[in-house]
Amino acid sequence: MREMKIFVSLAMCFICAFLAGCGGSSHTTPNTITSTGTNVAPISVNGGPTGDYADAAFASVTLCVPGTSTCQTVDGVLVDTGSFGLRVLSSAFTSISLPQQSSGGNPVAECFTFLDSYTWGPVQTADVQIGSETASSVPVQVLSDTDFAAPPDCTSSGFGSADTLDTLGANGIVGVGLAAQDCGDPCPANYFQYFECPSSGCTPIAEALGQQVVNPVALFATDNNGVIVELPSVSAGGEASVNGSLVFGIGTESNNALGSASVYTAPEFGLTTSYNNQTYPESFIDSGSNGYFFLDSSLTGLTTCGDNTEEPGFYCSGQNFSATNQGSNGTSGTVNFSIASAQTLFSNGNYSALSNLGGPSSNSAPYYFDWGLPFFFGKNVFVAIDGANTPGGTGPYWAY
Amino acid sequence: MRKKDLGSIQSRGWIPGLRIPATALMMVVIALPAWASLGGDSSTIQADQVHMQGTRSMSSGQSSAGQASAGRSYTVQEIQAANGTAVREYLSPEGKVFALAWNGPRMPDLRQLLGGYFEQYRAAVQAKSGLRMTREPVLIDEAGLVVQIGGRVRSYTGRAYIPEMLPQGVRAEEIQ
Repeated sequence: MREMKIFVSLAMCFICAFLAGCGGSSHTTPNTITSTGTNVAPISVNGGPTGDYADAAFASVTLCVPGTSTCQTVDGVLVDTGSFGLRVLSSAFTSISLPQQSSGGNPVAECFTFLDSYTWGPVQTADVQIGSETASSVPVQVLSDTDFAAPPDCTSSGFGSADTLDTLGANGIVGVGLAAQDCGDPCPANYFQYFECPSSGCTPIAEALGQQVVNPVALFATDNNGVIVELPSVSAGGEASVNGSLVFGIGTESNNALGSASVYTAPEFGLTTSYNNQTYPESFIDSGSNGYFFLDSSLTGLTTCGDNTEEPGFYCSGQNFSATNQGSNGTSGTVNFSIASAQTLFSNGNYSALSNLGGPSSNSAPYYFDWGLPFFFGKNVFVAIDGANTPGGTGPYWAY
Repeated sequence: MRKKDLGSIQSRGWIPGLRIPATALMMVVIALPAWASLGGDSSTIQADQVHMQGTRSMSSGQSSAGQASAGRSYTVQEIQAANGTAVREYLSPEGKVFALAWNGPRMPDLRQLLGGYFEQYRAAVQAKSGLRMTREPVLIDEAGLVVQIGGRVRSYTGRAYIPEMLPQGVRAEEIQ
């Protein structure tokens, strides 16, 4: 049975390699990375501020006290197409102090839940500059466990907080995904995401759309309908680091046209991945996930690194795969990718860009494909913001 | 190393979701088996429903009956929480909650749902560490407790179950 699956996968790979129109540009023409333009910010896949991050892209973000030239540049901010909004460690602010958002005279704080951690801290306002693009009066989350105590409603996921350099592995996260605001409309109190924090303790509140922590791209004066993440291909064994670009706007400048990229619409922020005659409709593309996370060992034939290894949660053997992504608009295309043993990939501690890193998404159904950062290598991936107009239609969509 | 211990859970002045003073919490605790579902009996589902301000569907206790090898079945009670997330609680023929599954835009209150298993889960999820800094799905597979959490921001999926309590013939993939 397992041999059969491997055979089918390999056969599909060969078929795709010889058929035009089978999608999956990764094996054919290398992508062109835009390096010049006022809408371009450099990004780098490296170990990050702690030096031990695998498969994460980092950018520099400048925050200013609104309406002033009192600014600070924060390096090592993780570029995350899977979330929305800018979050910066409190400890990263060494020279400026931002104004606090308030509700009913009390400071506002936020609890934001990621997949395996949460962030907590006050909501403050900054003018934000990335590359040459600027956004005014942007609500940002300042990550701190100590400004206010995280209420039980925030810790009930059981996750640990990621509010320090050690736990976040970055000086901040900039969420440049498919939405603008990080909670949406409505954002009632029982979402337990926003809180007002009088000295007696934090209690949940509803948060209006315009007050929510927001993808700063959506507030740029121009080039505000989305981004392109552009990263070069990475050799199979990994590389120490690679450099790419975060390009702002889709079809707004001479350097950000869709070109031949296919648009995969994602009204619910997901897409359908097909593999081995099964469909997985809750799949998605996420630069903030640091691997291909999909299926499990029984469906892939890969072994999983044990919990007591130095690579828990990853696959520890290798194989080639071919899967098909389909957008809500019916666009479909093949993705060919390879998984290698995380134990081997991690053995060179200096290698932070790992094109074949992957792990299981769960141990049994339901499954999904999380197309993490390795998916971005060798591609220009467009991320169109919900409701934004672009030459490829209205967001939300991915295109590549 | 990288995961920070949160220390003791602080009890603030409000019951999450109900907005009533903590003194009332004590009354609720007395009135209901308010803390816990996994491993508990069916009455704890009522407490979860109240906690989540949810509505419950159980189709006379016969919804989604699973087929067990000995011809026995389990029942599923689904709570649609006010925050949009659906939680399904799996009741064994003996009336014990042996599994939970959820999906929706918000993470459910696992302190409530896991009850006495929450601390074991929390220790495991926060102890998880490796050679590299990573962001990945949660897969906890310990003796006595399995918890899996996946999905993405605004669309979480998860399940938790006690392997020893699975009715005979029930497979883990039925819990979803």
